[in-house]
Amino acid sequence: MHLTTLWFILIAVLWTGYFVLEGFDFGVGALLPVLGRDELDRRVMLRTLGPLWDGNEVWLLVAGGATFAAFPEWYASMFSGFYLALLLILVALIVRGLAIEYRNKQDDVVWRRRWDIAITASSAAPALLWGVAFANIVRGVPLDASHRYTGTFFTLLNPYALLGGLVTLSLFLLHGAVFLALKTDGDIRQRSRHLAGQLGVAAIALAALFLGITQARHGKAITDITAAIAAVALIGAVAANGKGREGWAFLGTAVTIAFAVATLFGDLWPNVLPSSTAGAFSLTVRNAASSAYTLGVMTWVAAFATPVVLAYQGWTYWVFRKRISRTDFATAVTVPAQDAKNVETAAVTP
Amino acid sequence: MSALELARWQFGVTTVYHFIFVPLTIGLGFFVAGMQTAWYRTRKPEYLRMTRFYGRLFLINFAIGVVTGIVQEFQFGMNWSAYSRFVGDIFGAPLAMEGLLAFFLESTFLGLWIFGWDKLPKKVHLATIWAAATGTLISAFFILAANSWMQHPVGFHIDAAKHRAELTSIGAVLSNSTLWVTFPHTIAGAFVTAGAFVLAVAAWQLRKQRDLDLFRKAAKGAMLVTLVASLAVAVTGDIQGKVMTKQQPMKMAAAEALYHSSKPASFSLFTIGSLDGDHEKWSLRVPGVLSFLATGSFNGKVEGIDDVQAQEVAKYGPGTYKPVIPIAYWSFRLMIGFGLLAALASVWGLFALRRRRLPTSRWFYRAAIWAVATPFLANSMGWIFTEMGRQPWVVYGVMQTSDAVSPGVGRASVATSLVVFTLLYGVLAVINIRLMLRYIRGGAENVPELDPTSEQPEPSLAFSY
Repeated sequence: MHLTTLWFILIAVLWTGYFVLEGFDFGVGALLPVLGRDELDRRVMLRTLGPLWDGNEVWLLVAGGATFAAFPEWYASMFSGFYLALLLILVALIVRGLAIEYRNKQDDVVWRRRWDIAITASSAAPALLWGVAFANIVRGVPLDASHRYTGTFFTLLNPYALLGGLVTLSLFLLHGAVFLALKTDGDIRQRSRHLAGQLGVAAIALAALFLGITQARHGKAITDITAAIAAVALIGAVAANGKGREGWAFLGTAVTIAFAVATLFGDLWPNVLPSSTAGAFSLTVRNAASSAYTLGVMTWVAAFATPVVLAYQGWTYWVFRKRISRTDFATAVTVPAQDAKNVETAAVTP
Repeated sequence: MSALELARWQFGVTTVYHFIFVPLTIGLGFFVAGMQTAWYRTRKPEYLRMTRFYGRLFLINFAIGVVTGIVQEFQFGMNWSAYSRFVGDIFGAPLAMEGLLAFFLESTFLGLWIFGWDKLPKKVHLATIWAAATGTLISAFFILAANSWMQHPVGFHIDAAKHRAELTSIGAVLSNSTLWVTFPHTIAGAFVTAGAFVLAVAAWQLRKQRDLDLFRKAAKGAMLVTLVASLAVAVTGDIQGKVMTKQQPMKMAAAEALYHSSKPASFSLFTIGSLDGDHEKWSLRVPGVLSFLATGSFNGKVEGIDDVQAQEVAKYGPGTYKPVIPIAYWSFRLMIGFGLLAALASVWGLFALRRRRLPTSRWFYRAAIWAVATPFLANSMGWIFTEMGRQPWVVYGVMQTSDAVSPGVGRASVATSLVVFTLLYGVLAVINIRLMLRYIRGGAENVPELDPTSEQPEPSLAFSY
């Protein structure tokens, strides 16, 4: 296999990992006001993400870094072209990270309410925007002969791309609800399952429409198969959720997202960023790639590091496999010190 | 302002801001790991309380360092697409390695540390904080490898047909002499920063007569680390200066606003008047010191700005190869000055705390608390010096900053993102500082009675989250 092919696949895998993992983070965050009826519910929800979300987000940083290393032209054209869209995503990710980490560091209703709003908005926005971005990548964007993006922010807001955004939003919401059903116990588990059933209907309709259009316009024999697998997995996930098979449901939504991403990358190949101005201006795996030497070096690094990373990240999921429920917080909701006076008695929460 | 100037401002604002938190994360991670190790070895509750108290401050700081780092991964593509296209073959590799080898390690093991108190055996839990701290070191190494390549490009050739620089030796990039003096200098600076921080927090508690035993220990440890790390900063900085003089003679000349080559060259502590070489009113000078900083001999020859300019014109063609001299001049001085203040504070403190004493002077506590600002300022000044001093080059001798900016991104876009990031970062700074102060005021929590012989996880230690 040519190294450029290998790196195209690796970058697809990194994005897949990112969407499968942070997808449920986004879903849980966006559903915070829907499923989190009171403070304890919201704590349960956020605790399911607590030890995991930051590691999940690193998949994005590595996808970005790997694109820079392996396909600098792609990195340069895509991120300078999608400038304001990416700015929105970055702002959301900044706010979101701090909101998750800081919300419980002060026992104050207003403080928490504000961060909760921030978590919801900053989870929903990237869930939508990533879909818009990837639909545009598959569809093609105006690039000139020097691979410079010549459109505007509004070029990206075409109907097909907006549909793509709704697909990722609905899939991530479903993925998050299924994740909560798997990771929590008690009333919130039932409500998550119930909501997942409803979200599933919307996700199936939107995804079917989007994948249908995508395959009609850009499809290939092999991606027809991956799209079909995604569709079957999605229906299977919703069915499993209906029967209360939470593990299978989560596997189903994960497979759906993975195969939907695989479909988009498969349709894209051998382009990495097609030009809608002229086919000859498209960025391809060949004209966007780094030298064979750099790709070789990066292949060795990836071959060494990836198994180790997967092992310890997998171990984390194992360590925190237990379901979270309201009773876990019954004794632990403590009040941080308000001032120096009550310091001796108050336990401070992190 | 042009898109180029706006993009430079954005890079400056976001990077200097990011680097306020980074050195504290690197240093404090090891402090917390050390404290927890002390607890693991001795099982004295005060070490556990110390670990958890400073651990929380570490986490507050870590979070903001992480989120402001996200911008850095994408900013090259957004604002500097011409740069990314030209050097991506080389520059992208250390960035990707940083993500794979460091970011995963830090984030995963920190998650395990925060939430694993009641789930992991004590020894394994201790290992997680060491793993996270090691991750921060690896991260620093790779990002400094990328930066060192910009300061002193090695291991590449220019492919004329593709109009880009291509990597020919990753070994050369990772063994770059610039990297191997910059990395220890930066890490030593991180330990000075964390030491000053631990000390300031401890001094505040001691002044309030709280937890004297615990915070006296913390203060003393912090000052020892600060002192040793300050010496390391000085030694590595000295070596770095000599390497820099060879690799970027203009930067050393600009650091002194030395226009004409001199042998020996004196070092001015400060100058009144403009630094254009003509209108100096008065300066306080130490003879021979610049020669020593640049060459290692008090009688060495240091090249002046005008001479280096002439050499670079001969080498690279017509153009101006001078950075903004007053910025280079003052940032260099302030970096050294603030660094020295941090070292002095630790010497004073160690003297004041000798033989189990607790100083009564209010001035001691004031100084120990306010000294926390000095390493942060020194860090910022150091980076402003090294980055501004390299101008007009973005990659020294290879690519100029004006050729690096994204050609297709308009002024309005860059201005929008500059304003958004500046406002957002301003708000986050306020929130962050308030939260830090709140936890510092809260003091160290009490810990439950533990069985000192047990290796098993302690359910009572779960952080509620």
